[in-house]
Amino acid sequence: MSATAETVEQVKSISGEKYKYGFVTDIAADKAPKGLSEDIVRFISAKKGEPEWLLEWRLKAYRRWLEMPEPKWSKVDFPPIDYQQYHYYSAPKSDDDRPKSLDEVDPELLATYEKLGIPIKEQEVLAGVAVDYVFDSVSVATTFKKKLEEVGVIFCPISEALERCPDLVRKYLGTVVPVADNKHACLNSAVFTDGSFVYIPPGVRCPMELSTYFRINEMNTGQFERTLIVADKGSYVSYLEGCTAPMRDENQLHAAVVELVALDDAEIKYSTVQNWYPGDEEGKGGIYNFVTKRGACRGKNSKISWTQVETGSAITWKYPSCILQGDNSVGEFYSIAITNNAQQADTGTKMIHLGKNTTSRIISKGISAGKSDQTYRGLVKISPKAEGARNYTQCDSLLIGDKCGAHTVPYIESKNKNAIVEHEATTSTISEDQLFYLRQRGIPEEAAVALVVNGFCREVMQQLPMEFAVEAQKLVGISLEGSVG
Amino acid sequence: MLEIKDLHATVQGKEILKGVNLTVNPGEVHAIMGPNGSGKSTLSYVLAGRDGYEVTGGRIIYMGEDLTELDPEERAAKGIFLAFQYPVEIPGVPNSTFLNEAVNAVRRYRGEDELDKIQFVKMLRAKTKELNMSDEMLKRAVNVGFSGGEKKRNEVLQMAVLEPKLSILDETDSGLDIDALKIVSEGVNALRSPERSSLVITHYQRLLDYIVPDKVHVLAQGRIQKTGGKELALELEKNGYADFTGEEAA
Amino acid sequence: MTAVSFLEGGLEGGLQGGRSLPGDGLEWLKNRRDKGAERFGALGLPTPKLEGWKYTRLRPLDDTRYTPIKDGVGDAAVKDLPTVGDVAGRLVFVNGRLREDLSDVSNLPDGVRFGPLDELLENDPAWAEEHIGSVVQNDDQAMLALNDAMMDSGFVLHVRKGVVLTKPVEIVMVGGLTDDAVAYFPRNLIVIEPNAQATLVKHHVGRGVGAYFANAATEIDVADGAIFKNYKVQAESMQATHVSTVHARVGRDATFESFNLSMGGLLSRTEAVITLNGMGAHCGFNGAYMMRGNEHCDNTSYIDMAVPNTTCKQVYKGVLDDAARAVFQGKIHVARDAQKADGRMLNKTLLLSDDAEIDTKPELEIYADDVQCAHGATSGQLDQTALFYLRSRGIPEALARNMLVQSFLGDALDEITDEHVREVFMDRVVHWLPAHCYLAGEWKESA
Repeated sequence: MSATAETVEQVKSISGEKYKYGFVTDIAADKAPKGLSEDIVRFISAKKGEPEWLLEWRLKAYRRWLEMPEPKWSKVDFPPIDYQQYHYYSAPKSDDDRPKSLDEVDPELLATYEKLGIPIKEQEVLAGVAVDYVFDSVSVATTFKKKLEEVGVIFCPISEALERCPDLVRKYLGTVVPVADNKHACLNSAVFTDGSFVYIPPGVRCPMELSTYFRINEMNTGQFERTLIVADKGSYVSYLEGCTAPMRDENQLHAAVVELVALDDAEIKYSTVQNWYPGDEEGKGGIYNFVTKRGACRGKNSKISWTQVETGSAITWKYPSCILQGDNSVGEFYSIAITNNAQQADTGTKMIHLGKNTTSRIISKGISAGKSDQTYRGLVKISPKAEGARNYTQCDSLLIGDKCGAHTVPYIESKNKNAIVEHEATTSTISEDQLFYLRQRGIPEEAAVALVVNGFCREVMQQLPMEFAVEAQKLVGISLEGSVG
Repeated sequence: MLEIKDLHATVQGKEILKGVNLTVNPGEVHAIMGPNGSGKSTLSYVLAGRDGYEVTGGRIIYMGEDLTELDPEERAAKGIFLAFQYPVEIPGVPNSTFLNEAVNAVRRYRGEDELDKIQFVKMLRAKTKELNMSDEMLKRAVNVGFSGGEKKRNEVLQMAVLEPKLSILDETDSGLDIDALKIVSEGVNALRSPERSSLVITHYQRLLDYIVPDKVHVLAQGRIQKTGGKELALELEKNGYADFTGEEAA
Repeated sequence: MTAVSFLEGGLEGGLQGGRSLPGDGLEWLKNRRDKGAERFGALGLPTPKLEGWKYTRLRPLDDTRYTPIKDGVGDAAVKDLPTVGDVAGRLVFVNGRLREDLSDVSNLPDGVRFGPLDELLENDPAWAEEHIGSVVQNDDQAMLALNDAMMDSGFVLHVRKGVVLTKPVEIVMVGGLTDDAVAYFPRNLIVIEPNAQATLVKHHVGRGVGAYFANAATEIDVADGAIFKNYKVQAESMQATHVSTVHARVGRDATFESFNLSMGGLLSRTEAVITLNGMGAHCGFNGAYMMRGNEHCDNTSYIDMAVPNTTCKQVYKGVLDDAARAVFQGKIHVARDAQKADGRMLNKTLLLSDDAEIDTKPELEIYADDVQCAHGATSGQLDQTALFYLRSRGIPEALARNMLVQSFLGDALDEITDEHVREVFMDRVVHWLPAHCYLAGEWKESA
């Protein structure tokens, strides 16, 4: 069965419960009291047994956070966040010792993953993916560690990395996204509880796709994971990140930070499928997704490629960016963002060209439906020294229905005459001709819409690793459910 | 097969069809000819059920069933196929994916098992071979970047794959050179059978040299003005449509 | 009242510093001035913290104190003023002051009013009251508020219902020629009644020495079925600061065409707010910029497609040499239910030097689904392949460069629908090009 046909099936099968992943796992959690203070920051640091420098780092971030204003420039609208209503630490209460194998993992947890459609064992065998599951904030199972260890790849929760290779973490943490980069990143720096750490040694091509599934489960829990990926000289890694959250009435906060560092001749491919709970039709509930993702192409000939499929969250504020420092380095951003109902998304990228002959490519496909509002916001900056820099941006919006909005806000700043910057954008709708043509061939209306939208997104879909592409295609259909007619 | 009785239809409030009567029996090929603006394309859209083409009177009986209330996809599933005058481009959707979707949607509707990937590809290969088409066309996005001839051949391929009972060819000859016209006609003729009927809508007689009709109708001013055999087409070619429009021949 | 450092005596000095402002005795105008002063006081001078002023800082106002114009500052001799030739009427202002000796409005057709603002306020204050402030909606524009408070000069063009002006009317604004740095605040009013047609050509020129700061505001009302073409050449001195705020309203089946050729001025900024509020309204809002030295040019626009079935097209192209900097900020807004909108925007820039900079932000904000909107932006250097091609055919490099620049800008100038004006503007472009080789235009003729 093709992906679109599957989509249709899936849409049919979830007619009652619209959000497929909307269930709550009942595990006793070990959490910090509500609210944020220096004490909470100390509590988190102590709970994780962190070194002194990290506590200081966190406290510095917390103090900066207190005085920093919220970013106001994005085109999203929500009531002020009451930061004191959230828990900033929540770990599933299994044992104090982490499970060494899947057998030790809480069976209910495993069942949760099964419902998510990612049976661990099956995925291990079939896809050859080493999965570092994050349940709320703490990693509970890491697989394929051995195989990775053989080639010297470090792939573990960041808390574990602090014990295993503290110097590496300390060397790179906060060097791409500084502590005080923005209010959300600042908050993350103060209270991050977990996330992944990846280090690929020189010359190593990571033998498998690395993947982490994030999930916000605990009620009123902010999720503040922090990911750091370092690709040393001449190495390669592909990292997949999937996000799902259960259905809740309250708005939950997610302020993650992802830092990527690519040294000489290294390449990092970072793919995300994000379908956090988007809230209901009226905009009640849903995740506030305030994420700072940035990659530094530090070395010559390095490459960082972001691919994202964003269908979830009530509010998305996210700009995966590349700082192209190394000569001949390459930055890419491929994005599909779908908003429906009352969702709001302000997303895009920044490509900062510093080195010579740096190139960047931005392909953004935005689909707005229902009453949603979506903005592409991008910056292409060519510094005076970026001789021969090249950027190409294509950014297309599709509107479905007359109650939604689609906006394009590109900033282009060029200070080098030898740089070539090209930007193109279009906004259109699915034409009545297209729908009729497909329907005349027997394809029902919703499937026809999904087909056209998948076609619209194809350029980006092709960038996704195979197993993600299938999931992403399904999501397109599910996300647009109810947008026609 | 198809019985149209006193069909009236409006587009944007304007009456275009003003009482069309037409009967097509199984196995027959009927040509509908007429001047520009006579309602030919409207008739094809009304038969296929396009939104905005409103039936205000009369009936369309297809295989004993009134079609007027059915969605386009339901009519397609029942075996009505419209070859478009201007086939629509669907960027990013490969031709083969599109055909796969269509075939399985129709099969599901009919309560038949869907074809799996292998079965489908096998079937598709057989069809392209039959029609002398390259597989390369299957990988490209639907009609995107196709020449006029390629688009029309793609329509014929879809027809061959979906195996309709009633095919409506809307000005399939427009924009085709003589070689392309031959290829397309051969494709259409290959599908002729005693169970299948066709409605060939055209402005010019030349297509009918290749697809020889059983009957020819003249549609003008929203009505069938005259019906005859294939010789009527030749007559029209010579005399034009002036007799039916009340205007001088061009 | 408000303390402003760039104006001698502050706003108060400007308003009451012993000079008479046009329309002094009019209560409604006094109210407008007061409100403007109050608003400007609250808003202050724009800073880069404002999104709309992200790339433009009014630096010249930091270190110069300007004197509001007084009688006599516009009396200097000027000659060889630019013109498009055969015109229906012509007004010449020097530092904001009308020069009757250089102007000629004696042959205006019936139904056309074309004259200075003070004359309008004196002769027809009721009409002025009705129209001043009738198009502007924003109260968040500081420079508009400043103009409201200080308006001390300007012109009116009023074409009555159905009147078709076959020849353009022309305005020449001369700045400079003073010992003191001067500031003036033109307020312009353009009213094209239903089914009327008119073309306006404006030349801004800087002469001699002397810094000047012009803060203009223009209101344009293009009524149902009317056609208005607004062409502007800005060739001001390296000491000129020119800020212009334009508000235009375009009615049903009306056309508003604008071309802004910016070719000089220390700092120039045009901020336009155009509302297409009648079905079938069309707006062509185009321009070209050529900057060198440390000139700074900012074209900012907001086109509101407020109702269904409107179209707009925007083409801005420019070349930047030396340490020049240009800013393009364009926004097309399609309102909810403004279906069938067709909006196009294009901005292309050539950087000719290592120190030049372009900042561009072509924005779409769309709330209706059945629309066709697109924008594009590029920046880069001259096409090296084309340059090589021309040189390989024996054309010297300097000339080849000129030809390519001319052809590059030509695309934008092609948007000028008045053929004669297009030729005149193209000639200006050619004469801006470096002259160390033959000029491309002359070369063509001699070949």
